[in-house]
Amino acid sequence: MRNTLATKLLFELSQPGRRGARLPACDVPEQPVEALLPAAAVAESPPPLPELAEPDVVRHFTNLSTLNMSVDTHYYPLGSCTMKYNPKRNERLASLPGIVSLHPYQPEETLQGMLELLYQLQQMLGEISGLPAVSLQPAAGAHGELTALMVAAAHFKELGEVRTKVLTPDSAHGTNPASAAMAGFQTVTVKSAANGLVDMDDLRSKLDDQVAVFMITNPNTLGIFDDQVGQIADLVHKQGGLIYLDGANMNAIMGITRPGDFGADMMHFNPHKTFSGPHGGGGPGAGPICVAAKLEPYLPSPVVACREGRYELEWDREKSIGRVRSFFGNVGVLVRAYCYILTHGPAGLRQVSENAVLNANYLLSRVKHILPVPHGDRCMHEFVASASQLKKDRSVTAMHLAKRLLDYGFHAPTVYFPLTVPEAMMIEPTETESKESLDAFAEALFRITDEPADRLQDAPHTTTISRPNEVQAARQPVLKWTSD
Amino acid sequence: MASNEFNPEDLLFAETHEWVRLSEEDGAKVATVGISAFAVEQLTDLVFMELPAVGTQVEAQQEFGEVESVKAVSPLYSPVAGEVIAVNDKVPDELELLGQAPFGAGWLVKIKVSDDAGLANLLDYASYQKQCAEDG
Repeated sequence: MRNTLATKLLFELSQPGRRGARLPACDVPEQPVEALLPAAAVAESPPPLPELAEPDVVRHFTNLSTLNMSVDTHYYPLGSCTMKYNPKRNERLASLPGIVSLHPYQPEETLQGMLELLYQLQQMLGEISGLPAVSLQPAAGAHGELTALMVAAAHFKELGEVRTKVLTPDSAHGTNPASAAMAGFQTVTVKSAANGLVDMDDLRSKLDDQVAVFMITNPNTLGIFDDQVGQIADLVHKQGGLIYLDGANMNAIMGITRPGDFGADMMHFNPHKTFSGPHGGGGPGAGPICVAAKLEPYLPSPVVACREGRYELEWDREKSIGRVRSFFGNVGVLVRAYCYILTHGPAGLRQVSENAVLNANYLLSRVKHILPVPHGDRCMHEFVASASQLKKDRSVTAMHLAKRLLDYGFHAPTVYFPLTVPEAMMIEPTETESKESLDAFAEALFRITDEPADRLQDAPHTTTISRPNEVQAARQPVLKWTSD
Repeated sequence: MASNEFNPEDLLFAETHEWVRLSEEDGAKVATVGISAFAVEQLTDLVFMELPAVGTQVEAQQEFGEVESVKAVSPLYSPVAGEVIAVNDKVPDELELLGQAPFGAGWLVKIKVSDDAGLANLLDYASYQKQCAEDG
C-alpha cells in the first residue's frame, strides 16, 4: 500500500522540463536578465529547483502526510501535552471571512467585533482562573511564563525590593526554570517528597525574602493535585513572594477550582491544551496570562478595554512592561479558544475536566498491574507509570514499550518525564476518548508486555523509519540535502 | 580501554550522583569530581557535555555544567565550593570515557576547595548504593 516512489525527495523526483502548468508563449519582447540587473545582483547559475508535474507534488505531500500520527487519525495519549481532539467547528468559525480578512492596521472603529470578542475572552479567562487581569499577547505558554515573571519583576521594582530567586519543584516542566533564567532570576529547585508533592521542609529551607516567585504546576506533572498549595501560597506570601501557576494542566480542574482561589497570583493558559488551539506544528500558539488585580498595571500594552460600549486598545499604561508580541498576539488561536469556551459554557467546561479525570483514572486502574504507578492509584487528568520492574526482569524499557505501541497503531505516551520517576511513562488519555479506545490501548499494552523482549527491543517494525541512531542524530545531525 | 583508576569505596557521593575524591596538592585541598557509573547508566546514550573553564568559581550544590543524553539534559552539581583548577577536556569529545571509566579517565573537574562545608552532605559508597537501589 505504501507509495515509496512518491515519498522520495522532490529533488530526486525531478525531471528536466517537467512542469505543473504551461504558460502561453510570451507576447512581449524578452530581455536577458543581465540587461535588467547589475552583474553583482545576478546569481552564477539559476537556483536548483525541482521540476515536477502537479500529480507528483500532490502525491508526494499527501503520502508524506499519512506517515505521521495525528489526533485526527490515532489515539494520542502523550502525557503533559493534552492531545485532545479539537472540534472542527472551531476551525470553521475561526476561518470565517469576517475574521480572517481583518487587518490589524484597520481603524479601531472597523474592528469593533474582533475587539469585543477579545475583550470577552479576557473576561472569560479571568473568571475561569480567578485572576481578573488578563493579557492575550504572549505567543506560547513559555512566553506567558516569561511575560508574567517580567510583570513580577516590575512589581518588585516598584516596591523597591531586590529579589533574585525563583523556586521551581523538581517535577516542573523545563520551561519554568528556563523562563526564570530568561527573566534574569536564579532558579532554585525544591525537592518533591516521596508522595510526589512539594517537600514542605525543603521549601521552608529555601524560602526567604530573596524569593520573587514560586512556580508551581497544579495538578503537577505526576498528575496529582498538590493539596498543600494553599499552605504553600501562605508561606510564600508571608515572605512577600508571588505564586505562579503553570496552567499546563488546567484541563483537569476547569470549573472545579480556580488558581486565584487557591493562592496563585499569576498564571498562563495553554489554549492548545485546554481550549482547542492547534496542537504542535511549531505554532502559531498563544499563552494568555491572568494576574491578580494588584499586578494589572504592569501587564503588557495594549490590553483591550471597553469604554461606554466602545472597545479600544488601551496604550496609556504608565507602569506596563511594554509590548511582548507584535500586533495583538496570535488572534486566530484566541478565536478558537473563545469558540471552545462559548460552546461548552460553564457546566460544559466542568464536564470536560471531570471526564478527563475519569478517563485517566479508568485507564490507570486497567494498566497498573503491568505498569505500576509509584505515586498511588488515583490521579487527575494523567498518570505516570513506571516500567522499572519490566526493565529489571526482562530488559524491556519505557522506550521499548513506546516504540512497540506504534506498531499497534497508538501514539506513544510521553517517556522519561518527569525525571523523578524512573522509566517513566506519562499517560494522558484526555476527555475526548471513548471507553472503547481506552480499552483498546490497555489491551495493546497487555499484549505487548507478553511479547518476547527482542520483539520490543527492535520495534517499531511497521513504520517507514524504525530506529534512527539517536546519538548520531544528536551529535552529527544532517540538516540539509546536497546534490552530488 | 580506559580503566577505573579509583576504587569507588574510597570516594564520596552526592545524592545528585556526582563523586568526589579528595587529595592534597601543594598544601591545598583538591576535590576531583566525576559522575557515578549508576548515573551514566541511568542517563543512557550521552550526546553532549558542557564543563566549566579553568578558573571558574563554583558553589556547593550549584550547577557547574550539564550533560545531555537522548533522554534529557541533566545539570551537574558541584559537591564543594572552590575554584576549578583543571578540566578533563577529553570527556566532551569522547563521552564513551564516562561509560568505560566513570571512576577514572572519565573524571570531569578538579576543584581547589575553598569551603568544605558541602562535604558533610556526601554519602559513602555503601549509603550511595542504597540510595541508587531505592531510585531503581
